[in-house]
Amino acid sequence: MALPQRKTDIGPPNFEQFLPPVIKKNYGKWKYHEVLTPGTMVHVAESGDKLWTVRVASPRLIATDTIREHCDIAEKYCDGHLRYTTRNNVEFLVSDESKLEPLKKDLTARGFKMGGIGYGISNIVHTQGWVHCHSAATDASGLVKSMMDELYEYFESKRLPNKLRLAVACCVNMCGAVHCSDIAIVAVHTKIPTIAHANFKNMCELPTVIGSCPTRAISPDTAQKSVKINPEKCMFCGNCFTVCPPMSIKDPERDGIAIVVGGKVSTLRTNPKFSKLVIPYISNEPPRWPKVVAAVKHIVEVYAANARKHERVGEWIERVGWERFFSLTGIDFTFHSIDDFTFMRDTLRTSPAFKW
Amino acid sequence: MKKYNTPLIDDLEKGPWPSFVTEMKKAAKNNEMANDALGHLEKCYSTKVGYWKHGGIVGVLGYGGGVIGRYSELGEEFPGVAHFHTVRLNQPSGFFYTSKALKEICDIWDKYGSGLTNMHGSTGDVVLLGCRTESLEAVFAEYSSRGWDLGSSGSALRTPSCCVGPARCEWANYDTLGLNYALTQEFQDEMHRPSFSYKFKFKLSGCACDCVASLARSDMSIIGTWKGNIVIDQAEVKNYAKNGMDINAEIVNMCPTQCISYDGKEMKIDNAECNRCMHCIAKMTKALKPSGEKGATICIGSKAPIVVGSLLSWVIVPFIKLEPPYTELKDLIRKIWDWWDENAKPRERIGEVIEMKGMRSFLEYIGVPPMPQQIKEPRKDPFMFYTEDDIASFKTKEAEEKKTGKYKF
Repeated sequence: MALPQRKTDIGPPNFEQFLPPVIKKNYGKWKYHEVLTPGTMVHVAESGDKLWTVRVASPRLIATDTIREHCDIAEKYCDGHLRYTTRNNVEFLVSDESKLEPLKKDLTARGFKMGGIGYGISNIVHTQGWVHCHSAATDASGLVKSMMDELYEYFESKRLPNKLRLAVACCVNMCGAVHCSDIAIVAVHTKIPTIAHANFKNMCELPTVIGSCPTRAISPDTAQKSVKINPEKCMFCGNCFTVCPPMSIKDPERDGIAIVVGGKVSTLRTNPKFSKLVIPYISNEPPRWPKVVAAVKHIVEVYAANARKHERVGEWIERVGWERFFSLTGIDFTFHSIDDFTFMRDTLRTSPAFKW
Repeated sequence: MKKYNTPLIDDLEKGPWPSFVTEMKKAAKNNEMANDALGHLEKCYSTKVGYWKHGGIVGVLGYGGGVIGRYSELGEEFPGVAHFHTVRLNQPSGFFYTSKALKEICDIWDKYGSGLTNMHGSTGDVVLLGCRTESLEAVFAEYSSRGWDLGSSGSALRTPSCCVGPARCEWANYDTLGLNYALTQEFQDEMHRPSFSYKFKFKLSGCACDCVASLARSDMSIIGTWKGNIVIDQAEVKNYAKNGMDINAEIVNMCPTQCISYDGKEMKIDNAECNRCMHCIAKMTKALKPSGEKGATICIGSKAPIVVGSLLSWVIVPFIKLEPPYTELKDLIRKIWDWWDENAKPRERIGEVIEMKGMRSFLEYIGVPPMPQQIKEPRKDPFMFYTEDDIASFKTKEAEEKKTGKYKF
């Protein structure tokens, strides 16, 4: 069968055609919203119109049949309207209140999980991992599944002092930009790349490779028409591998997981913050990563027990002090948490005022 | 179809959270590629390494991006993933869909690809995972003839994305969806034909809650703000108190500028001292509302840590009005890209180039004056550049002072 005529540079469809009528009518004229349950909220417009949102969990990696099921549900209760969120949940948009409870009942019957709104844990932003990425040091989807199973009550019902945003990056490229999350998991490499010298000259550009190294650990190896790495300078970022495939950095027994905490992106109360390193290494243990999951759950529980209402993880830690964070959590403080790279000047303590 | 034994990833079908493995199995029922992707993933779990090769140069005619080449090292063992390219489909602003449109996307994808998707990728696109090279032109013809275009990849303007904005949020200070659509349409060439030093991302948030994390992960963060007063509905304040809110502890004492007071009856805000952080508004949305001029703050330069450390975006334009056709913003964007193009080395993000060349050089080129809103604090060291013009203008000012007898600092 002949293919239809292709068109270039048309851009995405105009979003207006996908908006439910209640949104078109009240666009930019919403008055307030209320969180009714961790899975539902209602937005009220200046006109008095109401829009109910039911938020449903998604593993992000979904089959077309699941999208079709989302569509069927939307057709039944939402005149075919639905949206996805930046954290990859699905949202059903209900403009007829009488359809709200039947929708929720149907979702429960089909096994969909509602939650993620307000002061709890929403879906975990994550990268591709072994499912689809060449530089993954671990699997992101598996880590997310393992953590959300354990933290599920915070998605569905249990509340925290504020929302808690989790993220997973399967290597330090952090293509999901996880570096401003309340708690983030980052997969790390810990050994210098092994170089397939025979392939270097065909696959890599010498100046690009040398220039890719932030610590200037790479120099030419003229005898082999390749490069060599100074092991004392390499800090395993893998940027050379990104520009030169023969410099493989993956290592099944030495790749691991680091945990960073205390980041946020909003300006509410305090300025946006980066997440900071508190656990430098946990072994990569698929399929369930038990120690990573236990560490994250422990940090969540210590935060829940100690933070004041409305404090995000980073705000709580800044109020009590990082030394108190380490003593409250019992996490070992190691040299890895002391910056010896670009943020050293900003992060070392310059005052004798601290706690024991 | 080959049946793989997958005990490790089968374990990830247990537990309350929806399982991506169950999704892969669902697709694998009628799809050889998805089936081999399952076997391939089980192998990764058993050996603890990945087998995907670096991307290759694949794509559709006339485009330099939108498709990410993906091949497995284990193509013979798992032929269904020998080619497993990603197609990025540009999402509609705010991720709104109708079931009709989504089903159409699914039908085409089932015909040519693995039936596996990400709704959505981190940048915002609909990510279609797993397609063979020879299917790409057909995929593109099917989608584009029905009004869907590819997103972006490589050293290009990446697919812009935005928060839900005025479609369903009372805090949006500008039309994030409208501007997102306008910028995406304006810069199609910059998206589809990579000509930059490296990637460049726009993310659009309607207020400082920043639901798309623009300040942390976009070269240009466009964050809604306002210039007028916060309007207070005192009756609603009373309701919050009645319903159990401790207004002094939760609102007054948590205000970063201490510009709110509450005597148990009435709330007052010293609006001139408010820094518009959004805390009180977000917690008392029925009682407090921004008013007056609406617009956005433009910040520049954020990125993840690769390679010399992560950056948050820096404020460059404290306030800009954003109304169609957005000419002022589009002109500013073009000037910013000009400067970046002139000064960047390959694979340098704009934030890194500003660090190298200095904020002054950047701001002067794009024609933005220095303002205290751009900094957290002034410089600490006394080593600075004085141009001949700088000195001349200091001298002119002093000559003026001698005439008037009055100092102007």
